[in-house]
Amino acid sequence: MTIPDTLRRVIFAAALVPAAALVYGAFTDDLGANPIDYITDTTGLTALTFLIVALTVTPLRRLTGRHELIRLRRMLGLFAFFYACLHMATWLILDWFFDFASMAADVVERPFITLGMTTFLLLLPLAVTSTAGMIRRLGKHWQQLHRLAYLAAITAIIHFWWVVKADFREPRLFALALSVLLGFRAWWTIRTRLSSRF
Amino acid sequence: MLIRKPADIPYSEVTPKSLYLRRREFIRTATGPAVAAAEALSPTGARAQGRPKLPHVRKSQFSTTEPLNDYGDVTGYNNFYEFGTDKEDPKANARHFTTRPWSIRVEGLVKAPATYDIDGFIKPYALEERIYRLRCVEGWSMVVPWVGFPLADLIKRLEPRPSAKFVEFTTLHDAQRMPGQRVPILQWPYVEGLRMDEAMNPLSILAVGVYGEALPNQNGAPLRLVVPWKYGFKGIKSIVRIRFTDRQPRTSWEIATPHEYGFYANVNPNVDHPRWSQATERRLGEFRRRKTEMFNGYGQQVASMYSGMDLRKNF
Repeated sequence: MTIPDTLRRVIFAAALVPAAALVYGAFTDDLGANPIDYITDTTGLTALTFLIVALTVTPLRRLTGRHELIRLRRMLGLFAFFYACLHMATWLILDWFFDFASMAADVVERPFITLGMTTFLLLLPLAVTSTAGMIRRLGKHWQQLHRLAYLAAITAIIHFWWVVKADFREPRLFALALSVLLGFRAWWTIRTRLSSRF
Repeated sequence: MLIRKPADIPYSEVTPKSLYLRRREFIRTATGPAVAAAEALSPTGARAQGRPKLPHVRKSQFSTTEPLNDYGDVTGYNNFYEFGTDKEDPKANARHFTTRPWSIRVEGLVKAPATYDIDGFIKPYALEERIYRLRCVEGWSMVVPWVGFPLADLIKRLEPRPSAKFVEFTTLHDAQRMPGQRVPILQWPYVEGLRMDEAMNPLSILAVGVYGEALPNQNGAPLRLVVPWKYGFKGIKSIVRIRFTDRQPRTSWEIATPHEYGFYANVNPNVDHPRWSQATERRLGEFRRRKTEMFNGYGQQVASMYSGMDLRKNF
């Protein structure tokens, strides 16, 4: 059983909807009273959502035995990176308008910005090494490197948590989802270790 | 205390209302049909629709002459957690909130504790338009044409006892009518307070309207506090109780996160929120950040109240 190309194209198109909605909203002056905040929130939230969804692929494969799902993982991961880039660009251009001194101070002094930047820097090598050629060249190191995706999800959620004032329902939901995903991983690792002993 | 030379211009003169209402028409003529098409799709209205007009509103020397924020911004983008935590939530969720009948309890160290009906309660006071800057602790700001009366006028009439050192305000607590209170995000009901000298400061007002019309529900109808040199969260909304006390009230945000939000909450670019800088702000409608001013630019009227106080400690 393989995933038909049509389905991949549909998912690709759907993944572009949040970005398209922002562009449309910008041109129709429909992004609310504080458009820059709205764009920042939307791109950040979308990036985190794609990251979590990408991390769901492997557990889902193991639970369902539908190994063809792996064909979606790179696309989902790259969309997480795409929205993370938009999120960064919003901060760089719309929020600070290339005021590098203030941004540098922000990165150093604001823990939530530091973690946001960390997340971006963790995702960067993953995006760069996502090509078939890089996968081949890196061999078994590729998988080790790409475990950074879990670390990136953790830093992204803390980044989100620290920017919220009082209503932690959303970041809590993401933390819960990631905990479940990490729980599967941990369980499988322990089980493999135990069974390999006998 | 220094009181600056009155600006003495109500918003209707800053931009004549006839022109103000036609400003989009002007923009359209100037920039052509592309903008007109975009504008037709824009949901933000320029001003109120159908709110009762407030009569006999005087202008005030304390008003700023800065350009006002759009009625749509003022009434469609604010924090009022009783109606949801997104800034667009209050407008959507407070639509059916009823503010009549409404009673206000005055209690504590005061000559005659009593419960008043809202209309009788505010009747004795002459309404003024106060165009104030509003700086949110989150780093955005706007310019709002409030309509209200000096809190000092009310306090003088209520005659607190000399032992009263603080005024405490409480929002309605009714999770049926305020759905946000079903979620324990803050300790409900919302409580705010001022030191007596702050409450008596001529800048402190109780607002009953905005843009010359009765206050929309989402902005804290029927009665809310406005203290423009403090962060927006001090401006408690939909007040049902005013209590005079000799002890510093414990305010909602202070209870929620004591190391981040203090009792004073004066706008101060030099004292950062533990998680973000307060040095700059974004005025809604503007692209570039602007520098935040000490006491939100109201230092002349309020700085003397805090002389000798460590504002880093008393944040």
